[in-house]
Amino acid sequence: MAVMINVPETAAPGEVVEVKIIISHPMETGFRTGSDGKLVPRNIIHELTCRYMGQEVFRAELHPAVAANPFFSFFVTAQESGEVELSWVDEAGETVTETRPIEVG
Amino acid sequence: MAGQVERAEGGAAPRLRPPRDICRKARWSGAVVAAVLAGAAGAQDGRVSTYEQMAPELRAMQDDDFSNPGLLWAQTGEELWAEPSGADEVACAECHGAAEEMAGVAAHYPDWDEESGQAVDLAARINLCRQRHQGAEPLERGSEALLALTTLVALQSRGQPIAPSEAPQMEAVRGQGEALYSTRMGQLNLACATCHDDLAGGRLLAAEIPQAHPTGYPQYRLEWQEMGDLDRRLRNCMVGVRAEPFAAGSQEFVALEAYLKARAVGMEMEAPAIRP
Ligand code: HEC
Ligand code: HEC
Repeated sequence: MAVMINVPETAAPGEVVEVKIIISHPMETGFRTGSDGKLVPRNIIHELTCRYMGQEVFRAELHPAVAANPFFSFFVTAQESGEVELSWVDEAGETVTETRPIEVG
Repeated sequence: MAGQVERAEGGAAPRLRPPRDICRKARWSGAVVAAVLAGAAGAQDGRVSTYEQMAPELRAMQDDDFSNPGLLWAQTGEELWAEPSGADEVACAECHGAAEEMAGVAAHYPDWDEESGQAVDLAARINLCRQRHQGAEPLERGSEALLALTTLVALQSRGQPIAPSEAPQMEAVRGQGEALYSTRMGQLNLACATCHDDLAGGRLLAAEIPQAHPTGYPQYRLEWQEMGDLDRRLRNCMVGVRAEPFAAGSQEFVALEAYLKARAVGMEMEAPAIRP
């Protein structure tokens, strides 16, 4: 599954930084029919969370009206060097976790 | 209405004569966005990329590599580029080096292939490498894998001017494309030129009719929710006038692309573009 994550490599203490992520995913609504005329089963990413310094800093719950290949952007206050951990799970049960380092100082 | 229809049926060479209001817009926006993509070309001769007509939000989505979903396909393309494939177990990278070595290549496609004696578009050229140099099956037109590789190669030409192939055989191919472009077709009996030369800048329902410059393919259309190649776009236009679309990868589409590329000579490549 292709994914692109943008976390600044460095930040000053207390700096508000933008985290951007775009995930390749069909976000299948469950309302479309395939070429066989049958409904394509719904499969959307239904939850995305971001943890930083051992703490959840962002969580999104998603519903079927979100477009394919969803894009998220949110802000985190940089405090100490460490890992920004993003994980998401879809309705087929696939969980993906990705981390990006950030150096604060 | 924006344009005037005075095209002789089938025959006359398509003139690049966009209606006046689009020229006005190009002049106005030219100063502001001269540095941005095709803005510069637009200011000079009235040709503008569809990029210029899009909402600021869509332009921003295209401009930021971390929000342009086309880059996801390029990333998959990178993986395929490095992966040994076919009976020969050889990767694109082993012969071509880094993908960056493909800089400028997409800007001169379609091009002439001596061995098969026909014009090929970029996707077909990639498939030729699979067959001739990897001992692999060609990838299906419009498949994820072929779109990913084509996107990766096209991305290396982003920002470069379209520079049509100088192979002498391509003259005739472009001529064929030009003829197709000005031939009325379908139950609605419209030529590409009717919309894209005479009525460009006007509206077709919710869509603004673009000048149809093939600057951004493969491209991500929000309507499709995925990447698609130029063939797919042209099939949409043909279905729109209730014509039987040419087959994917057909010589007709290659000829149309060759003509469109010549018509857009010098305009900046912007693949992977975003379109509504
Ligand atoms: C065994 C070596 C080899 C491999 C592997 C190979 N190619 Fe090629 N490629 C060539 C050669 C040689 C040419 C020049 C044309 C020819 O002789 O077929 C070429 C030409 C091209 C061109 C056209 C360049 C131009 O300037 O017009 C593209 C695009 C291309 N290859 C893409 C790919 C991709 C993508 C892959 C992997 C799927 C690949 N090639 C795998 C040898 C290779
Ligand atoms: C009835 C008018 C009409 C006809 C005829 C028509 N098109 Fe289009 N075309 C459109 C519209 C409208 C769009 C833009 C759709 C959108 O963005 O939602 C478009 C989009 C395009 C684009 C995409 C440009 C870009 O920026 O990516 C190309 C290329 C194109 N057409 C080429 C053609 C060709 C070649 C033909 C003839 C085979 C043709 N069109 C026939 C109306 C037409």
